[in-house]
Amino acid sequence: MARIEAEVGKPQGGFMKWIDDRFPFTETMKYHATEYYASKNFNFWYVFGVLAFVVLFIQLFTGIFLTMNYKPDAAQAFASVEYIMRDVEWGWLIRYMHSTGASFFFIVVYLHMFRAMLYGSYKKPRELIWIIGMLIFLVLMAEAFAGYLLPWGQMSYWGAQVIISLFGAIPWVGDALVEIIRGDYSISDITLNRFFALHVIALPLALIGLIFVHIVALHEVGSNNPDGIEIKKLKGDDGVPLDGIAFHPYHTSKDLVAIIIFLMVFCGVVFFAPDMGGYFLEHANFEPANMTATPEHIAPVWYFTPFYAILRAVPDKLWGFILFGLSVMLPMFLPWLDRARVKSIRYRGWIYKSALSVFVVTFFVLGWLGTQPADPIYVLAARIFSVIYFAFFILMPYYTTIDKTKPVPERVVYHD
Amino acid sequence: MTEDDLDRNRRHFLAIATTVTGAVGAGFVAVPFLSSLKPSARAQALGAPVEVAIGSIEPGEMVRVLWRGRLVFVLRRNDEMLSRLDENMDNLRDPNSEVTEQQPEYAANGTRSVRPEYLIVEGSCTHLGCAPIEDFDVRPAEGWGGGFFCPCHGSKFDLAGRVYKGVPAPTNLRVPPHRFVRDDLILIGQDTGAA
Repeated sequence: MARIEAEVGKPQGGFMKWIDDRFPFTETMKYHATEYYASKNFNFWYVFGVLAFVVLFIQLFTGIFLTMNYKPDAAQAFASVEYIMRDVEWGWLIRYMHSTGASFFFIVVYLHMFRAMLYGSYKKPRELIWIIGMLIFLVLMAEAFAGYLLPWGQMSYWGAQVIISLFGAIPWVGDALVEIIRGDYSISDITLNRFFALHVIALPLALIGLIFVHIVALHEVGSNNPDGIEIKKLKGDDGVPLDGIAFHPYHTSKDLVAIIIFLMVFCGVVFFAPDMGGYFLEHANFEPANMTATPEHIAPVWYFTPFYAILRAVPDKLWGFILFGLSVMLPMFLPWLDRARVKSIRYRGWIYKSALSVFVVTFFVLGWLGTQPADPIYVLAARIFSVIYFAFFILMPYYTTIDKTKPVPERVVYHD
Repeated sequence: MTEDDLDRNRRHFLAIATTVTGAVGAGFVAVPFLSSLKPSARAQALGAPVEVAIGSIEPGEMVRVLWRGRLVFVLRRNDEMLSRLDENMDNLRDPNSEVTEQQPEYAANGTRSVRPEYLIVEGSCTHLGCAPIEDFDVRPAEGWGGGFFCPCHGSKFDLAGRVYKGVPAPTNLRVPPHRFVRDDLILIGQDTGAA
């Protein structure tokens, strides 16, 4: 009973012990960082999860400062954004960081998702991590969409008009649903106000909650790796996976390099091309919303264009809505569509490699088509590539079954 | 208390009763929150009918007005425009205005209007709500008989707001409720009361 013998009032075990007796700080740090073992053969593709955290932080931080000067009022919103750009000290930088951050969020998340498709990270036992990730992606899309209305420019207004009208295609309840989303008979000050509430409170909270659950699920089953091997199967005498190294300090120090390179690219865009030639900030949005005229050419921001091209390819309102929704939701079913016995592309046959390559090209082509006007030739191309997009998912159970796979080694291998 | 003392029926009943009461409470509390999302009293008041003076519109000319924040086209068709209405009937999806939600009964006719001269339609594409662009010139070479063209997804409408076949928009442009107060004044948003 050492404690009783100790001198009264003198702390035993120092400050950390005092904390740990009241909050599992050291235990949590060990579980999630210093004794969380991830494979030692991580490559370039494994930095995007951490980078997504960096962008999230940038968005939350710059968003708070933008909120201090922005006015969620249809009569003042556009002017308040101009005020931030011109009169608030460094306001232009904070706003460009936020608008560029939105695009980079999607770049990073798309690459993060592609990594999962390369190395089969969605396959058993990581199905739930993937599903939570897809939910994060959906919330992120909603968050970006709500945020895009806030500057109250021409593209804000008409983009929102098109996307909200989509829900009107739902039979029976469509019109009532659209009225509840808008809170008015058209997109108005009321709509702007509630989108502001969603953008700064509801959706960020949902996002943070989902990201927390995403990490908890990941740390329960452990990270995948470029070989798609379960490193927990082979452990040393100390109980540590033979191919695992601690997340901190080993993975974190390599992530720091990635973060610095990422921030260099990010700053390059913020300072030299914040509108990215109309892709990150659409030029029509430099005019205030005008309810009486749609811009001649209307397109969503680049990160929505692949799905938008699919929507536009369908000559029917309800089917357009259904296929649009399906194109966003289908990846969620990848864990069950993919029947291959191996996870990583390294041990897959030529069929999956070809299918994935065609899919990547299709995604880019659809994305480009979505930015183009609705000319017949583009619509035709969008139809062809939409079919390929859906074929990739729907035929997957078939072609992953017949694809010849290579034997997977016991331990991770190094590639130069 | 040991396992034997447990009254499982009682425990089961309490669990069910608590769950049901909680669910009913959640249902009740959802009502005010969902209702608050509907158009407010002020939004409904601002959605009141608007008067439009049409005396100064020349034949062949169109004006744009806002009703409930929605764009409404008021087109005064000239004789030549009216004569073109019957030409393209085969290419239209709903030439006889049979989709009843798209116009009040008094506009479900060959010109989709109360008085043939004046077409009053919402300037909102029935596909995804973009504002169609008016293009009244006839260009037979392009197969264009004059009407409205939606820049977003390429839907086409004729001079009575009737949708062409083979475009994404499913139905004709909506005719809002309206009535003539005088020969040179219309009221958009209301069609009852003294004429």
